[in-house]
Amino acid sequence: MTAYLLKRFAIALATLVLASMVVFAVLEILPGDPARLMLGMNASADQVELLRNQMGLNAPLAWRYLHWAGGLLSLDFGRSYTYSVPVLDLVRERLAVSLPLALIALALSTIIAIPVGLFSASRRGRAGDTVAMGAAQLGVAVPNFWFALMLIYVFAVWLRLVPAGGFPGWGAGIWPAAKSLMLPAVALALPQAAILARVTRSALIEVLNEDYIRTARAKGLPYRAVLWRHALRNAMIPVLTILGLQFAFLLAGTIIIENVFYLPGLGRLVFQAITQRDLIVVESVVMLLVAAVIAVNLVVDLSYAVVDPRLRSRQ
Amino acid sequence: MRLWKTILAAAVLALATGSPTFAARTDLVIGIPLEPPHLDPTAGAAAAIDEVLYANVFEGLTRIGQNGEVLPDLAESWTISDDGKTYTFKLHSGVKFHDGADFSADDVKFSLDRARADNSVNAQKALFAEIDKVEIVDPATVKVTLKNPQGSFLYNMGWGDAVIVSPKSADTNKEKPVGTGPFKFQSWSKGSSITLVKSDHYWGTPASLDKVEFRIVPDAAAYVPALLSGDIQAFPFFDPESLAQVKDDPRFKVVIGSTEGETILSINNKKPPFDKLQVRQAISYALDRKAIIDGASAGLGLPIGSHMSPANKDYVDLTGRYPHDIAKAKELLKEAGLENGFKATLKLPPPGYARLGGEIIASELRDVGINLEIIPVEWAQWLDQVFTKKDYDLTIVSHTEPNDIDIYSRKDYYFNYDNPTFDRVIADLNLTSDEAKRKELLAQAQKILADDAVVGFLYELPKVGVWDAKLQGLWENAPIQANDLTKVKWGE
Repeated sequence: MTAYLLKRFAIALATLVLASMVVFAVLEILPGDPARLMLGMNASADQVELLRNQMGLNAPLAWRYLHWAGGLLSLDFGRSYTYSVPVLDLVRERLAVSLPLALIALALSTIIAIPVGLFSASRRGRAGDTVAMGAAQLGVAVPNFWFALMLIYVFAVWLRLVPAGGFPGWGAGIWPAAKSLMLPAVALALPQAAILARVTRSALIEVLNEDYIRTARAKGLPYRAVLWRHALRNAMIPVLTILGLQFAFLLAGTIIIENVFYLPGLGRLVFQAITQRDLIVVESVVMLLVAAVIAVNLVVDLSYAVVDPRLRSRQ
Repeated sequence: MRLWKTILAAAVLALATGSPTFAARTDLVIGIPLEPPHLDPTAGAAAAIDEVLYANVFEGLTRIGQNGEVLPDLAESWTISDDGKTYTFKLHSGVKFHDGADFSADDVKFSLDRARADNSVNAQKALFAEIDKVEIVDPATVKVTLKNPQGSFLYNMGWGDAVIVSPKSADTNKEKPVGTGPFKFQSWSKGSSITLVKSDHYWGTPASLDKVEFRIVPDAAAYVPALLSGDIQAFPFFDPESLAQVKDDPRFKVVIGSTEGETILSINNKKPPFDKLQVRQAISYALDRKAIIDGASAGLGLPIGSHMSPANKDYVDLTGRYPHDIAKAKELLKEAGLENGFKATLKLPPPGYARLGGEIIASELRDVGINLEIIPVEWAQWLDQVFTKKDYDLTIVSHTEPNDIDIYSRKDYYFNYDNPTFDRVIADLNLTSDEAKRKELLAQAQKILADDAVVGFLYELPKVGVWDAKLQGLWENAPIQANDLTKVKWGE
């Protein structure tokens, strides 16, 4: 077990270092100059040069990489070129929206998907299964910004139950803030739930064909107990893998939903930073996300061992 | 089943009681598409900075009114010497900055000297280039001496980049702007909104609104639901494509005004074959402005024939110079030895007018034998490749700065246009303050640009505003990109 853990950590560390180099290099070749972008079309070349110097953009490449990477080690993520505040402050503000949103969406998606998957798998080929999987197919196919707009028209414009968008901040109270996250969470959760339900169903069907399921049934266990205790537990590995991927996606890949609901989330911060060539923000946020994805993968890897004792003893 | 219904009803009630009712409103939520990178108008070109702060938080010696006129602001009056080189400004007294500091001639000198200093990063530093010295006569009087007479000086001092700041707060304005205006800055929740509140010690007519929130709404698809739900009450810069959904709704006012945005098909004048006059003229003949306005701007926006807004008092109508004439265009290409047509690229920045207009222009030019390859680019890329490195054939962009016909005389500008006659007209114009003479020179300048077919002149970008029908006093036109809220109030 210890060797397994050590190996996992070593791989995670190597991935981080490699990612930092790739991220830095890619953003270096990206055309566009943050100083020119700030000063616009009427500024002279001399002025742009002056601002480049003030921003520290004219220092040698290697020096800038080491300076930035060194900062990361001491958890100093640098200062935003455009906002001129520490990147970490920006990220903290955005996480206050993105993290709860991702967690709510993930919880919703799990709560919907697992029962639907169980239901479908146990009624394979029958009417209920067809309807459920048809709905799931629709959930995957419908573009989520369109679904989001429909939710807005029904619940914000017509029923006026929740705001059409925006985020008042947690300072405005838990209820107003949570209310503004409801529709985005549903809009995010549904397509994810559809995918997860399909994965759960196919994983379960595979397991239900195994000999030990027949044995369990033969020794007289009720179907329900077999399904929950034997089948679901063994079908968990692909489900957990997908959940891990979904969490990483929900944390930063939700730019479209953030735009439709004009939420100040992490995805929009990165997008805005890219368009403004606020390279230091892009680099640092991407690194944080890389770290988050690696951490999630690590947790998923470890949870395999929890659900499947065989993986533990093999190490 | 009963239980379910009860739970559902309770939930609906709980959710519904959140929305407050309003009596006489003094608050306003305005939707803006882009977030300002920071809040200092003297240190950045982003229009979003002025859209929040101009006239509301910061004031200049003069200011621009909603029809582009120059109005007194912190300077209550001024005199101009006979040689046109010395401006003496009489300042309002009793003016305070929002942090309590007194406003005086010192602040004017500080602000102007700061903007034109060697290490200045003012995005419009050229506005101050003619200033020779700024002298304090007494605390309420400032004398500005110019190197040469400059006809546009008072206008220039009305730009957002020329607002007066206090030496105490100049360095922190990016995060916490401190000005002299009727509103003071309250908070900025990054990525979400910027809030201003009424200033208690304003020197002029106080604002009617107590609180204004600028909410950042990046996606045009969200504009309509935000208006319909009442979350946001005004979009001064609305998306023309979404107008159909609100234009017949009596709850909203749709206001179409003018801007200073000349939307043009820029041409790289030094790159063959565009260095040939016939080729550029052929392009002008090939363009069907009406089709472009219909397709790229929902039929809104006035056609232009040179680089001047039709709303400008010095505008000359040159739209008849190159009527849409495919035969003529082909003939000109033949004269240029290109009867078999040629290939070129068209780089398009992100705005809708460029992306939609580009498709139409590409098809129009194909009709005369010019095959365009469309290359979509981001703004940062556009500024780098097209504007700075001049690595382009054709591009579409709206030049939104007011009175900017002089860009065609700038050395090394991205048009790569070089005409000594035009440069002389602009040089004369800069030295002329007599209105009649200026009008004549500006007419000449417009005509030269049209004759040379320097670029393909398309149309003037419209300002499409949509707001609550009860809201009064928002700007109809956008002579500069600003949301002046000083006269805005809620009616019955």
